[in-house]
This record gives sequence, C-alpha cells and structure tokens, in this order.
Amino acid sequence: MSTLAYDGTAMLGRQLRRARNNPGLLILTQSMPVSMLLFFGYVFGSALAVPGSEYRSFLVPGLLVATAAGGVMTGMFQSAQDVHRGVTDRFRTLPMSRAAVPAGQAVADVLVTAAGAVPFLLVGLAVGWRVEGGALAAAGAFALLLLFRFACVWAGIYLGLLTRNEEAAGQLGGATFLLPLLSSAYIPTAGLPDGVRTAAEWNPISAVATALRDLFGNAPVPEGAAWPMAHPVAGSLAWCAVLLAVFVPLAVRQYAKGER
Amino acid sequence: MTTTYAVLSEGLEKRFGAVHALRGLDLAVARGTVCGLLGPNGAGKTTAVRLLTTLLRPDAGSARVAGLDLVRDAAAVRRRIGVTGQDTSIDGDLTGRENLRLFARLHRARDIAARADELLDRFGLAEAADRPASTWSGGMRRRLDLAVSLVRRPEVLFLDEPTTGLDPAGRGLIWEVVRELTGEGTTVLLTTQYLEEADQLADDIALVDRGRVAHTGSPAELKALVGAHAEVVVADGATLTAAAGVLDRLTGSRPSLDRERLAVGAVTRDPTLTLPHLVRTLDAAGVPLVDASLRPPTLDDVFLRLTEPPADPAALSHNDDKERAA
Repeated sequence: MSTLAYDGTAMLGRQLRRARNNPGLLILTQSMPVSMLLFFGYVFGSALAVPGSEYRSFLVPGLLVATAAGGVMTGMFQSAQDVHRGVTDRFRTLPMSRAAVPAGQAVADVLVTAAGAVPFLLVGLAVGWRVEGGALAAAGAFALLLLFRFACVWAGIYLGLLTRNEEAAGQLGGATFLLPLLSSAYIPTAGLPDGVRTAAEWNPISAVATALRDLFGNAPVPEGAAWPMAHPVAGSLAWCAVLLAVFVPLAVRQYAKGER
Repeated sequence: MTTTYAVLSEGLEKRFGAVHALRGLDLAVARGTVCGLLGPNGAGKTTAVRLLTTLLRPDAGSARVAGLDLVRDAAAVRRRIGVTGQDTSIDGDLTGRENLRLFARLHRARDIAARADELLDRFGLAEAADRPASTWSGGMRRRLDLAVSLVRRPEVLFLDEPTTGLDPAGRGLIWEVVRELTGEGTTVLLTTQYLEEADQLADDIALVDRGRVAHTGSPAELKALVGAHAEVVVADGATLTAAAGVLDRLTGSRPSLDRERLAVGAVTRDPTLTLPHLVRTLDAAGVPLVDASLRPPTLDDVFLRLTEPPADPAALSHNDDKERAA
C-alpha cells in the first residue's frame, strides 16, 4: 500500500504538471459548459418552464454534472494516448505499483476538474444561479459531484486501456456528449414519454443532477420519479459505488495485463 | 548459472494469432557483455525484447533475467532492468527535466534532482531541459528516452534499435554511453539493423531469423564462418574464364563473374590464402590484372549468407506490422 501511495503521488504530480504545461486544453474543455450555459440558458431556456425553479438555476447544477460525466471521455482519451505513445509500456517495465498509474490519473483529474469548475460557477453566479440552501449541504453537493467525476474517470481509463487507440478513443469519447441528453441534466423528466422517461431517470446523471439541485436548494426533488431520482443523494452514492466497484478492478487489471 | 549469465532464455515461444513470432528462442548473454540481436524486419527481435522486459508473457519456454525468473519474479526483474523501446516513450507534455525526475522517482533513485541534471548534461540536453519534450527534435527525444532508462544504473539494459533515426553524432554518443555502461558492469542486449553498430558494440551477436537464433558468435567468429572475399578485375575480357578457374582452385568455392566490370569474386575459407599468393598465381596463369583484393567479410556478407531470404515479401511485411504492433 505504501508503494501505491508513493507511486500514485508521483503519477498525480505528473498529471498536474501536464495540465500546467498545457493550459490550452483545460481552457478549451472548460469553455464548453460555459457556452452551453449561455446558449441553453438564454436561447432554449426561453421556451422551457421548470416547475418550482428559474431555468438557469435548474441548468447550472445540470451542466456541472454533465461536465463531470465528460470524465469518461477525458479518462479514455488520456489513457489511450499514453498507450499509443508508449508511455504506458514504459511504466509497465518499472518496479511500481500496478494501480498507481490509473489511480494517479483519476485523482489528478478530479483536482483539475475542481479547479476548472471555478470559472464556470462564476459565470453561473453572473446569470443568476445561487446556493439557496445551507453551506453544509452545498459542500455535500460539491463532494458528490467530485465523487461522480472520480467514478466516471475510472470508467474512461478502463475503456481507454481497452481501445489503446487515441483516435478511436476520441471518436467514442465524443459519443459521451450524448449521455446527458437522455437525463434530467438539461430538462425535467416529467414531460418525457414513458419509456424514454424511465431510461432518463435511471441515468446516473439524473440522480446526481437532482441531488445537486436539492442540496443547493435550486429545485425540489420531482414527485413520482424512479428510485435513484426520488432519493437522489442515496441514488447518487449507489450509482458511484456501482461504477467504482465495476471499473476500478477492471482498469487496474487491464493496466497490469497489458497485452500479455 | 545466475552468476554467469545476465540473460538466459530457453525455447521462448510467442504467437500473435496466426503469426508465430518466436519459435523457440535460446539466448545466453554473459554478464557485463554486449549482445547484439541482429535480424531482418519481422525476425522476432522486438518480440524477444518485449518478452524479456516483462511486457509480454511467453506462450512456452522460460527465461531468467539478472538471475530471476521472468514470469514468477517479474516485479524483481523490473527493479534490475532498463528499457528503451523502438518507439520513443517519454511524456511529451512534460519537459525533459520533468521526465527524468518522474522516472527517477518511480525508480526509487536517490538525489533525484542531481541525477536528472547529470543525465541532461551527459546527453547534451541541458539547454532544452525546461521545454516540453514534444517540442524537441526526434534525435533529442531519442536521447532523452535512453537517459530515462538510466536514471538508476540498470543491471541489464535492453535497447531496441536505439540509434534508428539518429544523426552520426547522436549515434556516436549512444555508442559511447553503451561502452561506458559495460565498463561499469552493466549487461546490454541491443537489437539493431545496422551491421556496423553490432560490429562496433557487440561482444557477441545472435542472428535472429524467423523467431529463432540462427547463429551466435563474436563478430569475428561469424565472419570466419563466411570466409574472406577475394575479387580480381582483369584487363582483358578473354581472360575472365581463366581467372575464374584460378580462383576456383585457390578458394575452393564457385566464383561469380561480373562481365561488365570484368571482375571475378569468390568467398574463401582458406585462412592461409594471401593476396600476394593470389596475384602471383594469376600472373603465372597469364591473366592481366587491373585490381585485386582479399577483404575480410563484412557482417553484411554474414547476414545475407546465414539468414534465409523471405519467401514472400507480403508475408514479411505482415510480420513486420505485427512486430511493430506488438
């Protein structure tokens, strides 16, 4: 375990230095949710009515969660890139913990995401979003958001190690952009046709978005939704536990196995 | 055995689907020596290196590296080896210095910052040290790649075509470093397509052909296996056949005629044959000589003689792709 901590810290340092050396990428990924907030908030939002909430206050937590789900893409792209560039193979020939490489990558990603969320939240405040509940609940909301990001990155790392190909990872990663569309990230699910509504409400993004809205005090938990959305905090924790239980062992095994 | 050989493999086999990349590779590399794996593309050199550096698991056979079992003690093997693969494998988003410090840390080296500076100086990279490696030239990245493998002096260093794509100065630097390392007791296993490189560096050469070691020996031994190459150029085309007759008698092997250059060549295994004797015999036979030479064989001759030409170029390129992918 001490080798995991030592090597993991080294890998964390690596990822943070990469982010610092390459700030353009971070700015690019963070400009996406900001522009979506402005488009959705002022263009589509004018046609949307959300029960019990201003649309932009409803949208900010949704976009936070949708961006966190993008961790699947980021994780996938980074680990596929490392495989493609031969860096992963170099790590594999080193006497280091087999879990350290993915773990360092996942933790670094969460820290970078947390930093990247600050400008988005400032824009959110500028368009009228506020923390309308207690400070403790708000802190819980941020912790839940980062936990969800952590789980998504692990899924991405596994998929990236599996595809081993930067380009394929980029293409497939683009598809993760669609995931929030079938969830309550941008719209309430109550008005959706039955089958679509069930699918959207069982989407992990819906549970986490609803939990954030509840904890921030932006919108009430909708009546009559599926279990993870009706009990959003428990539902979110359950989803994160499932994702981590599945993808952490898969990613570590895939890393250690290589193509042996 | 563990004290004598740094690398010892017996019957290593590896398949990738239909491609049988290694078909029983036997290799013995004595401690503190340089062994050159020489072979055409697709011969299995890279696969052999990837097996011996724990990146691939053998389908059959066994190997010991630094006295440790490759499969059972893989983690311990990793503590004792350094690897520079065929493709540069450093982190382009980090600077040269950051790369060295990261890998030094992961290798549990002492005095990480000092070691990084030392290697940057040694490899002539100090000036560019704080720029991201992705902005460096290919040759510089290649040198950094080797430097990274040396952050902690390895017991056994694996170099897969270390000088491919380097200019002569870069190649010279790497040769120098390899000689220095063996002087300090490191064993080096390198693959190369450059015969000159193997000749310059290797104490022993293993000719790899179709997944097996076809021949082993020192460069001199391998050349002796092929024999010296005699060639004469005559002034008058009418005497070409007479010259060929003399060469046939003296060398004991069938001469080849080049009617355009008026030249006759033959390989000899007779170590007592000298150039004056060759010239005198031809002169006595009334052959008007313009030029005569008796040169030791190059590794090129060895290579061509001792490895079979590929039966089908398509099959070769397929193999090559596979090896690259692996």
